[in-house]
Amino acid sequence: MKKSSMLDLLVLVIRRDLVLAMRRRADVLTTLIFFVMVVSLFPIGVGPEMDMLRKMAAGVLWVAALLASMLSLGRLFSADYLDGTLEQMMLAPQSLSMLVLGKMAAHWMSSGLPLVLMAPVLGLQYDMSMRALGVLIVSLLLGTPVLSMLGAIGAALTLGLRGGGVLLSLLVLPLCIPVLIFGTGAVEAASSGLSIASHLSLLGALLVLALVFTPWVTAQALRISME
Amino acid sequence: MLEVSNLACSRGDHRLFSGLNFNLHPGQIMQVQGANGSGKTSLLRTLCGFLMPDEGDIVWHGQKIGELAEEYHDEILYLGHLNAIKDELSGLENLCISAGIAGIELEEKEAVTALRRMGLRGREMLPTKVLSQGQRRRVALARLLVSDAKLWILDEPLTALDVGAVALIQELIAEHLARQGMVVFTTHQPLHVAGMEMRILALS
Repeated sequence: MKKSSMLDLLVLVIRRDLVLAMRRRADVLTTLIFFVMVVSLFPIGVGPEMDMLRKMAAGVLWVAALLASMLSLGRLFSADYLDGTLEQMMLAPQSLSMLVLGKMAAHWMSSGLPLVLMAPVLGLQYDMSMRALGVLIVSLLLGTPVLSMLGAIGAALTLGLRGGGVLLSLLVLPLCIPVLIFGTGAVEAASSGLSIASHLSLLGALLVLALVFTPWVTAQALRISME
Repeated sequence: MLEVSNLACSRGDHRLFSGLNFNLHPGQIMQVQGANGSGKTSLLRTLCGFLMPDEGDIVWHGQKIGELAEEYHDEILYLGHLNAIKDELSGLENLCISAGIAGIELEEKEAVTALRRMGLRGREMLPTKVLSQGQRRRVALARLLVSDAKLWILDEPLTALDVGAVALIQELIAEHLARQGMVVFTTHQPLHVAGMEMRILALS
C-alpha cells in the first residue's frame, strides 16, 4: 500500500469515468447521434442551395454542438451522487477541485471529443472549404472543453433537484454565448478569408480562464449540494 | 483523539440534537443509539464534515476539522447507507477505485485478498450488478480491510449482511481497535466486540 499523489488521483478519476462511459455506451452515442441528426436536418429543411448552406454552416454546427453537450451534463455528477461515490470523493485526501477537473476532462473526452471528430464530416454537407473545416476543428477543440467545464458548474448546482435538466440548460446556455460567438466568428472569418487569430486567441483565453476557475467553483457548488 | 463539544445540529427548522459532548480516545468504540429520525446519520455526517453544525466544535488532535480539511479526510473512513459502488464495474475494480480515491494505491493482489476475506471468492471479476445486496455490501465493506484510516465512521454497517459477515465485521472492528483505531457507528442490530467496552451515545 502506498499513498497516491494528486496526479495519480486525476488519472484515476479520468480512467474510471472513461471505463464507465465505455460500459454505458448508449449515453455517449445519444449525444453523438443527436449532433449528427440536428446538423443533417438543416440541409434537408433548407434545401440544396449551396450559398445559403455555406453561410449558415458555422452557426448550425456550433449551436448543435452546444445543445448536444447539454444533453449529457445531467449525468455528470448525478450517478455518483445517487450511489454515494460523491460522498467518498469529498472525503478524498486531495483537493476536491482536482477530482472535479478529472471528471470534467473525462466528460469532455466522452462527449465533446466525438463531436469534434464528427464535425468535419458533417461540414461537408454544407460545402465548407478545407480551410474553414480546419478552423472549425480547432475552434471546437478549444471551445467544447469550456462548454463541459461551464456545464459542470450548472450540473453541480442542480444536483438532486427534480426537473434539474431544464434548469441546468437555462443556467448554462447564457454562459456559453461568448464561446458560441468566438467559435462561429472564427469559422466565418476563415470562410471569408479574414484573419482568424483574434477569435481563436479569445477562445484560448476563455479555455484558460475556465481551467483555472471552474473546478474550484464546481467543488464549492458540490459541497453546497451535499448538505 | 476526537473531541466533540457542545454540538448542535438541525435539518430544516427541526433541531435534531444540541449540547452534545463526547471524547473518543484511540482504541475506543462508540455506538450512537436513537430512534429513527433522531439524528444518528446527521451526527455521523457532521463528524465527516458534510454538514456544518449549528453550534459547537469537532476537534481532531487539537485542531478543528474545518481547518484540517484534507488532512482530516486522510485519517477517516466513512461508510454510509449508500455503498458507493458502481454496478458496471467488478468488485475488484470498485475496490481499487475507492481505495484510490481515498489516496491509497492498491495492488491487484491486495485487493483480491481483501475481497476473498470478505467471502467473495470467485466473484471478484463479476460486475457488481449481478451480485446480491449482501454481496454488494461486502464489496463496500472490503474498504475497511485496505484502509489505514484511524477513525472509522460506520453508518449501519450491518444492513443486508448474514450472520457470518456480521461476525467478520466484529472481528475487523476488534483488529482495528487493537491497532489503536477508533470507531463510531450506528446499528439497530446487536454488535459485540470481544474484550472492548462499548460506549453508548443516546440521542433522543
